[in-house]
Amino acid sequence: MNIEQANETAVTRMMAARPILKTVAPARDVIPRMRKNLLLHAGPPIAWERASGPMRGAIVGALIYEGLAKDWDSAEHLVTSGQIDLEPCHEHGAAGPMAGLISASMKVYVMENVTHGNKAYSGLNEGYGKVLRYGAYSEEVLTKLRWMNDVMGPILADALALGDGLDIRALLAESLHMGDEGHNRNKAGSLLFTTKLAPLIAKVVDDKETEAKILQFLGDNALSVLNPVMAACKAMADAGHGVAGSTIMTVMARNGTDLGIRVSGLGDQWFTGPVGQPKGLYFPGFTEEDASGDIGDSTITETAGIGAFAMASAPAIVTFISGTPELALNTTLKMYEITHGEHTAFTIPALGFRGTPVGVDIRKVVELGIRPQINTGIAHKDAGVGQVGAGLVLPPMNVFEEALVAYAERYLG
Amino acid sequence: MTIQYQIRPGAYYDSVILMQLQKSLAGLPGVTDAGVVMATPANRELLAASGFALAGIEAKADDLLIIVTGESETAVADAIAQVGDLLQQRRTTAAQAYRPHSLKAAAANLPAAEWVLISVPGRFAAAVADEALDLGKHVFLYSDNVSLEDEVELKQKARAKGLLLMGPDCGTAVINGVGLGFANRVRRGDIGIVAASGTGLQAVNAEIHNLGGGVSQAIGTGGRDLKAAVGGVTARQALDWLRRDPQTNVIVLISKPPSEQVAADLLRDAQHAGKPVVVNFIGFPPPGRRLGNLIFASGLTDAAEHAVQISFAKAAQLTQKRRPLHGYLRGLFSGGTLAYEMLLGLQTILSPLYSNLSSDPEKRLADLTTSQANTIIDLGEDEFTQGRLHPMMDNDLRLRRLRQETADPGVDLIVLDVVLGEGAHPDPAGELAPAIAAAKKAGKRVVAIVVGTEDDPQDLNDQIERLAAAGATVFPNVNEALDYVYNRLPAAENAAPSVSFNSGELAAINVGLESFYDSIKAQGGTAVQVDWRPPAGGNEKLMAILAKMKEMKK
Repeated sequence: MNIEQANETAVTRMMAARPILKTVAPARDVIPRMRKNLLLHAGPPIAWERASGPMRGAIVGALIYEGLAKDWDSAEHLVTSGQIDLEPCHEHGAAGPMAGLISASMKVYVMENVTHGNKAYSGLNEGYGKVLRYGAYSEEVLTKLRWMNDVMGPILADALALGDGLDIRALLAESLHMGDEGHNRNKAGSLLFTTKLAPLIAKVVDDKETEAKILQFLGDNALSVLNPVMAACKAMADAGHGVAGSTIMTVMARNGTDLGIRVSGLGDQWFTGPVGQPKGLYFPGFTEEDASGDIGDSTITETAGIGAFAMASAPAIVTFISGTPELALNTTLKMYEITHGEHTAFTIPALGFRGTPVGVDIRKVVELGIRPQINTGIAHKDAGVGQVGAGLVLPPMNVFEEALVAYAERYLG
Repeated sequence: MTIQYQIRPGAYYDSVILMQLQKSLAGLPGVTDAGVVMATPANRELLAASGFALAGIEAKADDLLIIVTGESETAVADAIAQVGDLLQQRRTTAAQAYRPHSLKAAAANLPAAEWVLISVPGRFAAAVADEALDLGKHVFLYSDNVSLEDEVELKQKARAKGLLLMGPDCGTAVINGVGLGFANRVRRGDIGIVAASGTGLQAVNAEIHNLGGGVSQAIGTGGRDLKAAVGGVTARQALDWLRRDPQTNVIVLISKPPSEQVAADLLRDAQHAGKPVVVNFIGFPPPGRRLGNLIFASGLTDAAEHAVQISFAKAAQLTQKRRPLHGYLRGLFSGGTLAYEMLLGLQTILSPLYSNLSSDPEKRLADLTTSQANTIIDLGEDEFTQGRLHPMMDNDLRLRRLRQETADPGVDLIVLDVVLGEGAHPDPAGELAPAIAAAKKAGKRVVAIVVGTEDDPQDLNDQIERLAAAGATVFPNVNEALDYVYNRLPAAENAAPSVSFNSGELAAINVGLESFYDSIKAQGGTAVQVDWRPPAGGNEKLMAILAKMKEMKK
């Protein structure tokens, strides 16, 4: 078996994948094995007992939203008594930001990789402030969720039905040239997303008030495109998964307690370790003391070769860690050392339009001791407080080491 | 007296940084002594030997161990508290532009780099060198403690790729006017040096400069290169490169005692350099002072002087092309000392070489009546003279042997001595000439060394004329006969691709000691420093897996 060749196959497939946003639909209708008593969450598998504050809050919120629980205690009982199952988004072709909760009736973006045919899913982005993904579950939060699901969702579905869908890979390629890196900074991408949807939305909505509200909701939210981007990255990463003998990482995700990775040639096995504590800039009134452990599936962006890996195209982002633009450049240069190739679709003007580093090779991570860089938002450790900052974080080294050992056991005898 | 220690797990620093830290700590007030090492078993022994009590300190080989002794608890604790700051200072002054962590990334950063300098700890060095060769780079391997097996494997690989691997334990070289490792600053010139001796190379380098000469390239080979196991791979490649280098007019070849076989190969190569080659093999008896284009120096200074002299005289005359030997040499001597002198002169350049004079049982002729490969026989030895006259008086035995050699299709050159004077045969030429003519007719070459005077009863000139007429090439002494042989040695076999590199500005990648990087920059070269760390943090199990995976790639 030739490892290089296997990795070449995996990464070529990741780069050849063309994720098109097709529609918006209820999770239970589109996500494989989705059911009423199942909640999908970010990161590797987690039980209530070890779940972080924001994760617990989001679970409670989702159960109240679904009408299965009325408050924290009844929600906790449902989960701990086994009446409700918790499973990772990643085990269902989905990816969710922060707590990443997806319940059966929630609307999700449906992404189709038209090159290889696989699909991926992500919820609708709620914007800033008190939001479910940070574990908030007040009436205000649930009201917004209902509006998104019942009003905006069907309109987005109708709007998308007018065309052939939105090419998110092309959108990303463009936003990377406009100062985004696709993970922590999606300002340009969200505007592009809104611009492309606006004429379609205008065609399917009669009520001017509703139209204005949706366009403002999408346009004001600098994270509107984050969820479609994550689904797109999931569709691309999944295209590279399952190549026998490949040492390319195809999933990296955190649940606030553990970070887990999966490797193309190692099937569905998770390799997990304790999440890191992000270093970064805190909003006024908050400090590192308030931060939750690293959380969210948004590291699918780094997995697919953008996010922190494309930091050289988003120099403005270094203000998060009081760094210099040089640091952004150096981060990308460092990631080239642990990746298999350079992306054919995503390029970096500051590096002479070199492709972004893509396809983390666990061999290189272990050999060089360089861990994949992650750009991330920072959640408050208590449910419902929301985002308290943003910064940089690293995955624990043991997940790569253990994956390498598992690889040796499987392939090297 | 109080002692304290600190362990920093998995923190790797190169030894120069650690030595500087150790020095800084030891210089703090109230501190008696300090030790800062990666806690390998060898380093622990060193610490113990310098009086540090290490009992109970549990540190792994990849941990940084800091141990401080001093007059008081506070003094020692204060010192240890400063470790972080002291290390940080070293780092921040160094942190500038992006420093690649891998050789591959460094090569992508500086594609013009043809050289990789490696000075990482020995147990990691071979793998780094191997990677450098895979990337098509010449290697300056400063690291020591590289196994002989690894050295042989790396050099064979380098040779097959037309790459030069200097080292391991190569302390010095001058490439394109830039000193690598420990090197004196010398002016550029037309003298090329190949040295299997670090300080030897430095000494000759410096002496050449001080005498007003200059150096084109100085290539270190590592001290083991001329051992039989390694076979002088690097030295031979370097010699071949200097032979072809238009900027080199004179070559100096220096080595600690080489293996006989390797010395023979190397001298044969040198013989074909087409340029004067000054040779100084320490502890190795020179076969003469000047043979063909080879000048044998008596020491390092002498070597430098010869080289500079030739360089100044621009006496880089090319040796004429002569028909090289294509078969064995057989020497049939009547004079014991002449035979011995011939044997010594040839043993450095002809191999295998057998004789009845050799004290080494492996080189002793097994059967006196039959020659083997290259052979020098003293027919005046007791074993031949029992029951017959000495060959100086009676040519019978020699004539028979001459016919025997003539009939041997493996033989190309037959060497005879003819000793004239009172008591000797009255007309040796009369008996030998027909046999020489027969040998010539059979396609052999014959050299005759004739020792005598015009006043001798046989008439020296008449003897010479008749021997020459029969087809012999006649010389008055062994040295000239040796010169004749030296000028006709076949080129040693070297089918590997030639080494080549750009002789303009030096561009290099440095892995290891940062001072080497600084030094290249200070000398006007271009360099990239690799921010190297032990692979997998030095974890043996993971390293083994990675190595296995690399093997699969091949």
